[in-house]
Order: sequence, then structure tokens, then C-alpha cells
Amino acid sequence: MELVEAIILAVLAASTPLLIAATGELVTERSGVLNLGVEGMMIVGAACGFAGAWLTGSVFIGALFGMVAGTLMSLVFALMALGLAVNQVATGLALTILGVGLSGLIGAGFVGERITPAMHLYIPVLTDIPLIGRVLFGEDGFVYFSIALIVGVWWFLYRTRAGLILRACGDNHVSAHALGYPVLRIRTFAVMFGGACAGLAGAYLPLAYTPFFVPGMTAGRGWIALALVVFSSWRPGRLVAGAYLFGAVTILQLHAQGWGVGIPSQFMSALPYLATIIVLILLSRARTGGSTAPAALGTVFVPDR
Amino acid sequence: MWKSLLALTAGLLLAGNVSAASAADKLKVGFVYVGPIGDLGWTYQHDLGRQALVKELGDKIETTYLENVPEGPDAERSIEQLVRAGNKLIFTTSFGYMDSTLKVAKKYPNVHFEHATGYKRNPNMSTYSAKWYQGRYIQGLIAAKMSKSGVLGYIGSFPIPEVVSGINATMLAAQTINPNIKVKIIWANTWFDPGKEADAAKALIDQGADVIMQHTDSPAAMQIASERGKLAFGQDSEMIKFGPKTQLTSILDTWGPYYIERVKAELAGTWKSENTWGGLDSHMFAMAPYTNMPDDVKKMAEDAQAAITAGKLHPFKCPIVGQDGKPVECKGGDHLDDGQILGMNFYVKGIDDKLPGK
Repeated sequence: MELVEAIILAVLAASTPLLIAATGELVTERSGVLNLGVEGMMIVGAACGFAGAWLTGSVFIGALFGMVAGTLMSLVFALMALGLAVNQVATGLALTILGVGLSGLIGAGFVGERITPAMHLYIPVLTDIPLIGRVLFGEDGFVYFSIALIVGVWWFLYRTRAGLILRACGDNHVSAHALGYPVLRIRTFAVMFGGACAGLAGAYLPLAYTPFFVPGMTAGRGWIALALVVFSSWRPGRLVAGAYLFGAVTILQLHAQGWGVGIPSQFMSALPYLATIIVLILLSRARTGGSTAPAALGTVFVPDR
Repeated sequence: MWKSLLALTAGLLLAGNVSAASAADKLKVGFVYVGPIGDLGWTYQHDLGRQALVKELGDKIETTYLENVPEGPDAERSIEQLVRAGNKLIFTTSFGYMDSTLKVAKKYPNVHFEHATGYKRNPNMSTYSAKWYQGRYIQGLIAAKMSKSGVLGYIGSFPIPEVVSGINATMLAAQTINPNIKVKIIWANTWFDPGKEADAAKALIDQGADVIMQHTDSPAAMQIASERGKLAFGQDSEMIKFGPKTQLTSILDTWGPYYIERVKAELAGTWKSENTWGGLDSHMFAMAPYTNMPDDVKKMAEDAQAAITAGKLHPFKCPIVGQDGKPVECKGGDHLDDGQILGMNFYVKGIDDKLPGK
């Protein structure tokens, strides 16, 4: 029983950064912008988040630093890809390269330093309930926030007028523009939201997951978040399923290796990717019979004035 | 105006020539790193070696390093860049640079190359590595003494001979203390992913391991062991900061003395292509202080270290029994020979796991 609880806790911790970064990218892509720079924004968020927490002694301020850093990075992207209408794929890739270098520079002075990681919630009695106590009432703030975030995004996209307009920009920017909506401004906000989320997801790593900073510590999680958005066919519900499934298979394959199941570890390491792709493809085929990519995703829009 | 511009340009060119001439007096030494120098592990230790070199011979040499150089075609370009910049001795510090280094070495016979942990050589290309399995053996002794559950947790990177020989050395040592000792092995299939390394450490501890050993590069496992009140060994570098009450010892890569020796040979004109595979006796690596253990365990570890250094104790002393129960052929007299250790692709008896790919 304790082992089951430990596994669930590890799964939540491993999935949370993916969920936060992917939620941000989902909103960005729903507005019609493909920002491939998630990894770069995450790693800068990680460096600045750690720097903030180390300088102030507060994980909360560190998280804010991470969000601001991610947002600033995304503004560089917005300036290039939206303001100057540069190719989005190229700009996004360049943003990742920039981010990796920049984070190394910012973080160089903090390598080897330690901070107190994010506090875990503790409610007497409730947290002590066996099996579900720590899972439901003993997580750190990032985990609760990530769930609130995706629920909020779902509500925004499907239950508010602003969400409808944002989706309209992503599906047909010419029509949205003709109706008088400021397409580029809306997209800029969506890109900034994506940047803030990526920065927060990056900050989660040195603030809660492994409380120290080393260059390159995101280790490709930004790319996984990007893939999750595509395979969830841009739907928040499936995104949650995908992120937790990916985290769950990652942790379970580690445990399976420890138990000595005898399946080659190379295959086990590939399993989270395989399982997530297969399940999400099956889901999207069963329900809607195909992909539901925003129609204007990745296309440049230059309004005629 | 054109005249003054011309004069200015000529002046600049002249100045450039002068500084190049003064730099030519110093031997230029280049380094290629696979990670960032702040990785706290593999590359960090190589850069400490470079710094020791500068401290010792700084008035005679000038060093340049390139960090984060990916293994593959990019490496070749980077190594060549160092050659063109005038470096006469170039250290390429990752296994994956082997073929790239050889290719560039063949192209520039007047430049000397040193490749870490590889096995391909050329008249102008040496290889160097360390017998880390000696350190693993000492760790195995300590682990068996310190484990209360009798279960060790081992985080591997890739199932390559270097890592496999480390696991075997650990278990052979541990079995001399506790014949029933168990080891749980998790392959991360990466050298560096702090999050994944932390998850692997959590899984091992949740499954009952109380001493964590790693062959991956970040201090994540140490930090998790510390958080859970277990014990652990560091890797490559000193990690006691991440587990002041957790780290038992750590295998420290100490490249400094080797780098100094090779550069001195280059300066003296006596550099030759060699294959260096040094152990504790040649200071290619060192053990971090033995901490968080009782005095008798500490003494046992120090005695073992002294015996290995003196050549009295060989971690792969025969007879060695493989997982299939058959004794392994003993090519080195009373111990396995270097070739058998460098190409090790089997587990010893007592490891209840299957080697991936076997």
C-alpha cells in the first residue's frame, strides 16, 4: 500500500512540469501560433526561478521570477514571429538555442548552491489518511496550481467569449480580423501566457523536483510538452490524460526495472513515448475521427491596414 | 580621410601580428567538453584538471576550451576549429568523440591529440582513462557494511562495459561482507537528466534499497537519498554538499596530474602516443573522504584502498563466477586481464537481474 502511494506521488511530481508547460503551449497554439521554443523558455525559467529563490529565500518569489523570465523570452518570439512576421518554426527553434545559452550564463553563478525546496501541504488527520492522504492533501503548491490551471484554461477556451475569439484567431485569422478583432494582440497575449507557463514549468524543476540548478536540467521536457499538445489534438482533457499517462509509464518502467522484470531497459525507456502516442491517437480516432489542429496554426498573419 | 583610415588599418594589422607573435611563444592547449563546465560532474572535473594545469604551467601555455560540444559530426568541426586556432595539444574528453578525433588527427599529423575513455589510437593520438572499478569495489565493501535492509540500489546510465564492470566490482566486494546481499539496478538510459535520476532513486528507495549508488552525472540521487534519510555514494565529483549526512564517499575524477604530465612532455618534446589506464596508484582518480560511517567501516575502506593502491588486492580476483554458475576464464593470471574488464558484458553470480541486450 505504501508503495502504491509512493508511486502515485512520484507520478504526480514527474507529470506536473509537463502539464504546466503543455497547458501554456495549448493556449498559444489554439490562437494559431506554433512556438517551438518551449524548451528554451523552460530552461531560462529554471535558471531565473532558482536565482530568485536563492536570492530571496522564497520559493514563491522564485516561481514568479521563472514566470516573468518565460514571459520575457516569449516576447522575443512575439516580436520576431508576430511583429516582423518571421517564420514561426525557425524563430521557435532559435528561441530554444538562445534559451539554453542564456540559462547557462544566468545560472553559472548558482551551480552547486542549495535552496529549501517548495513546502508540501500538511493538514493534520487528512494528510495522514493512508494511501490517498498524501496524494490529495500533501502535495506542493505547483501540483495544485497545475490542476487549477488546466481547469481554468478549459473553462476559458470553451465557456467564455474571450476563449471563443482566441480559438477563432487560431482557426481563421482573416475572418477574425474582418470581424474587427485585434488578431496580433490576442496572439501576443496567448504567446505570453505560453511563455509564463513554460517559465513556471521550468522553475518547478529546481524549486520542487530536484532542488538545485545545473545547466540543461530540463533535459528535453519542453519537447515532450510540445508533443503532448499535438497528440492531445489540442484538447485540455486529453492533455491531462496524456501528461499523467506519460508520467505514470515513466515511473512504472523504473519500478519494473527495479523488480527485475527482464524486459530490456532500452525498450522500457521508450515505453512512455510509445504508450502516450498510442493512447492519444486511439482517443482522437475514437471520438472525432481525426486531428483537430487549429486551421491557421503556424501561418503568418500580416493585417492589411 | 582615406589615408588616415589606411594608416589605422595598417596599425591594427600590425598590432594583430604582434599579439599573435607573443602568443606563439606559448604552447596552445585545447579542450573539448561534452557538457557545460557547471554540470557538477564529468565536465566539471575535466575543467578542474584544466585549471590545475593553468596554475602549474600558466606562464608557458595558453588553454582554450569548447563546452557543450555534441558527439557526432559537430565534434569534428569543433576539434578542427581548435587546430586552426593554433592549438598543438588537444584533449577530447568524451567517449563519443573517438572517431571525430581520429579523423582530425589523421588530417593534422603535426598536432597531438588525447582522447579520454576510447580505444582508437594513432601516432599522434593517445588515449587515457581511469580504473574506476577499483573505487566501486571499495564502495561495495562500505555499502554491504552500512546497509540494514541488505538491498543496494544502483542507477546505471547505459549498459556499457565501464558501467557493468562497476556493478560487478561493487557486488563482488559486497558479497565478501554479506553473501546474501541484493542489488536492484535501474537503467536511466541517459548520462544526465536530474529529474529522471531523482525518480530512479525514489523508485529504488521505495522498493527497499537503503544505500544508493549511481553511474549517472547529477547530484539528484544524492539529494533524494538525503531527503529520505538513506545513504548514497557520489559520482565523478564531491557531492557532500547535497547530502552532508548522506554521502559515504565519492569517486573523484582527478585529471589534473595527468594533464600536467602530458603538457610537460609536449613542452619537452617527448610526447608519444600512449594508452594510459591508470588506477588509484597513478592518481587518475581519488576517493572523497569516508564520511557518515563508523570508524571500523572507515578503517576497512582505507585498508582496502591501500591494498588496491599497492597492487595487493585486485577487485576482479579469480575465481569469478558468472550468472550462469560457470567460472569466468582467468586470462590475467590470478585476476581478469584488462581486456576482459574493458569489454565486460556479463553479470557476476548474485545479481538477480538480466543484463539488457543479453
